[in-house]
Amino acid sequence: MRLLNRSAGRLSRHRRGPLAGFMVLLLGLLLTGGLYTAFSPASADQTTASEEQIAQGRELFLVGCAFCHGQNGEGVRTIDSQGGDNQLGPSLVGVGAAAVDFQVGTGRMPMAQPGAQVPSKTPTYTDDEVAALAAYVASLGPGPAIPDEGDYSIEGLSDEERQEAITRGGQIFLTNCTACHNFEGSGGAMPRGGYAPKIRGVEPRYIYEAMLTGPQNMPNFSNGNLSPDEKRDVIAYLGSLDEMPSYGGFGFGGMGPVPEGLAAWLFGIGLLTGAAVWIAAHTTRSDKKKVEA
Amino acid sequence: MVDTSKVATSNTTTAATAKKPSRAGAIATWADERLGLASMAKKNLRKVFPDHWSFMLGEIALWSFVVLLLTGVFLTLWFTPSMGEVTYHGSYEQLRGIHMSEAYASSLKLSFDVRGGLLMRQMHHWAAMLFIASMMVHLLRVFFTGAYRKPRELNWVIGSLLLLLGTLEGFTGYSLPDDLLSGTGVRAADGFVKATPVVGTYMSFFLFDGEFPGEAIIPRLYTIHVLLIPGLLLALIAAHMLLLVYHKHTQWPGPGRTEKNVVGFPMLPVYAAKAGGFFFIVFGVTALMGAVLSINPVWKYGPYDPSKVTAGSQPDWYMGWPDGALRIMPGIESHFWGVTLSWNVLLPILVLPMLMFTILLLLPFIDAWITGDKREHHLLERPRNAPTRTATMVALMTMYGLFWAAGGNDIIAIRLHASINQITYFLRAAVFIGPVIAFVITRRWCISLQRKDNDDLLHGYETGIIMRSAEGGYSEKHLPLAPSRAYTLTARDRDPVPNGHHEEVDANGLPGPAKGRFTGLRNRIRTVWYADNVQKPTPEELAAGHHHAEHEHELQSPMDGHAADGHQFDGHHLVEDENLRSH
Repeated sequence: MRLLNRSAGRLSRHRRGPLAGFMVLLLGLLLTGGLYTAFSPASADQTTASEEQIAQGRELFLVGCAFCHGQNGEGVRTIDSQGGDNQLGPSLVGVGAAAVDFQVGTGRMPMAQPGAQVPSKTPTYTDDEVAALAAYVASLGPGPAIPDEGDYSIEGLSDEERQEAITRGGQIFLTNCTACHNFEGSGGAMPRGGYAPKIRGVEPRYIYEAMLTGPQNMPNFSNGNLSPDEKRDVIAYLGSLDEMPSYGGFGFGGMGPVPEGLAAWLFGIGLLTGAAVWIAAHTTRSDKKKVEA
Repeated sequence: MVDTSKVATSNTTTAATAKKPSRAGAIATWADERLGLASMAKKNLRKVFPDHWSFMLGEIALWSFVVLLLTGVFLTLWFTPSMGEVTYHGSYEQLRGIHMSEAYASSLKLSFDVRGGLLMRQMHHWAAMLFIASMMVHLLRVFFTGAYRKPRELNWVIGSLLLLLGTLEGFTGYSLPDDLLSGTGVRAADGFVKATPVVGTYMSFFLFDGEFPGEAIIPRLYTIHVLLIPGLLLALIAAHMLLLVYHKHTQWPGPGRTEKNVVGFPMLPVYAAKAGGFFFIVFGVTALMGAVLSINPVWKYGPYDPSKVTAGSQPDWYMGWPDGALRIMPGIESHFWGVTLSWNVLLPILVLPMLMFTILLLLPFIDAWITGDKREHHLLERPRNAPTRTATMVALMTMYGLFWAAGGNDIIAIRLHASINQITYFLRAAVFIGPVIAFVITRRWCISLQRKDNDDLLHGYETGIIMRSAEGGYSEKHLPLAPSRAYTLTARDRDPVPNGHHEEVDANGLPGPAKGRFTGLRNRIRTVWYADNVQKPTPEELAAGHHHAEHEHELQSPMDGHAADGHQFDGHHLVEDENLRSH
């Protein structure tokens, strides 16, 4: 106690010193900065990308992406045949590493041709190259970062928590996602040739990134809209559907009543009409032997 | 040598005495003395039915209805038709702890916690799909063969009512589990009711006992589904079958088959075995589908909640075509005196199905009015021998099919990577143009087939044998049809107004019936109805044709026996020892 009193006394001696104001200001800044770094959302670009990685990404970007997105990722605007203002490729400033990881990692970018929607295909770049591109685009402006596995995995939860996460995720899924992606994530149609793709069997990281960045027709589910835990729960629910046995038998790709109707007609009525033909083709005898007289 | 083993050998001096009746016989006698069924059974057990595969299509509907009754009773033992809210604690993990209606909770219980419950649910649903599908296939058979003509018009009407009631029964059943899909369907139905001019909102409040969804709709639909409509269906099926027995079954024309007889096999033992066996086949197919094909996985849809909806929300297939009409209808509304008339809902969902159903119901009467045919018909017509009738149904089928496709426009779009908008624009035009194209093609196709029949009758069938004459010309050898085949082909009526020429006076020089208001219109339609039809050959034409064929044979006969290489296989010679000569 005495020690404390003495040190406080010593500090107090300098309270009116010429450096005291600077010291308090410095301490305040350090504290705010430190707290911000500790508690700020992951989106505030905190990549550990090295200068080298960013440089490699820039090289790749200039070759594969700049034609549409501009040499500094600022986007390219064109004038179409009707004289309207059109966008060849949008600006990538601020889209973040997550958007790049999703678009390039699933093979959607670089796109093969313009159209209603860019389909996913075999990725053009290796994982390292995707990471480099992501690092470069992330360096253009702050945006959502690539999520860690801890963000979308329920591995660390207890059984009961997992159960709750799956149930909650199912309700969030049915409320927010099924209207376009269908009740079991089989996909659905969007206007003018667009579509909500099938989201079953997609890597959890990409599902998370899609929710975070809202690619193409998809709305953006920001963390204020669906919290990171809620995003994780949706992924947990989709995973539980994958693990679930097909209780009713063959499920026709989970497309609802249309394939069921087709099955009733083609399989059911087809088989039964065949049976009718078979029954009618087998005429009758009252005895196995032919009886004369 | 005559087999005499069946002749009685009791010509002896002692009188024959009755043996003591067997136990079965005693029971039968006991029952007969009290119920008097023997005389009825004696007649009906020997009732004759003609044999043709297409006559058994209606049976699929009958037997799937039996499967529906059996599985439906099982489902009622566990299903709770209530919208009371409960928290789910059953075996399906993904929904544990979720609030839902008792109806949905008991559907989940049936699926996961009742032994055999899911199989019964799926069999019930598949049987429902097959029930309505087989009714439609049966309807097509009846129409294409002209079996709806006098005296069977009323049975056609009963059958149409069965189709309508079956559809309503299916819709109420679809709505009962109270999952997201069925709730969306009920929501849509609420919209349809509300689109009715003037009384719509009142009807909706009456149906739901207040604002949608309320608490009343599931119990009400349940009563309709398990009591009201099944009762009506049973009564109408009974009437349908009684009329079938009363009218006797129609048959295809052929040697020995006339308008006054029925050629076929008796009920016992043949048709009892065939029909009974068919029941087990239908049951088996339904059980197979219920066991291996998933239908309506309600657990994946989740409980109904008006704030949720899913892509791929479709009704069951039989409601698909009105849904399709709704999907492709342009969004037209009228506003006047503060009232909105939603033509975009009113026309495709309320007017169109009612119009189509009325046309269906009236088809036999429209047909009778146009043809003026008042005779009884027990012999069927081949579809080709009534080209306009056949084409009419094919046009209706085409329209149905296009509306049907519109009902699945989103599934078509994602499966074929097409734009849903383009599909919709295409179908908007196709539902009008498609039936016309189908009508024209079908009608000309039928007429071509009629010509082909006449060619066969007059010139014989093509044998595939090429004959070379002395001059080096080639011709295909035709041989006359078998007499039974020729009889069958000619056992049809001549059109009352051949080639569309309507006579003011009939063949006897007497004037036609007094002119009614629409006689002129009817005569014009009748002219179109029969126009270009090919009539069966007259006896003179047949005689001339045969004479010509005999002449041909005479010319060709010198060539018989002088076969060029391969010509020995002309069907006139034994070819057992013949080989193609090796060169």
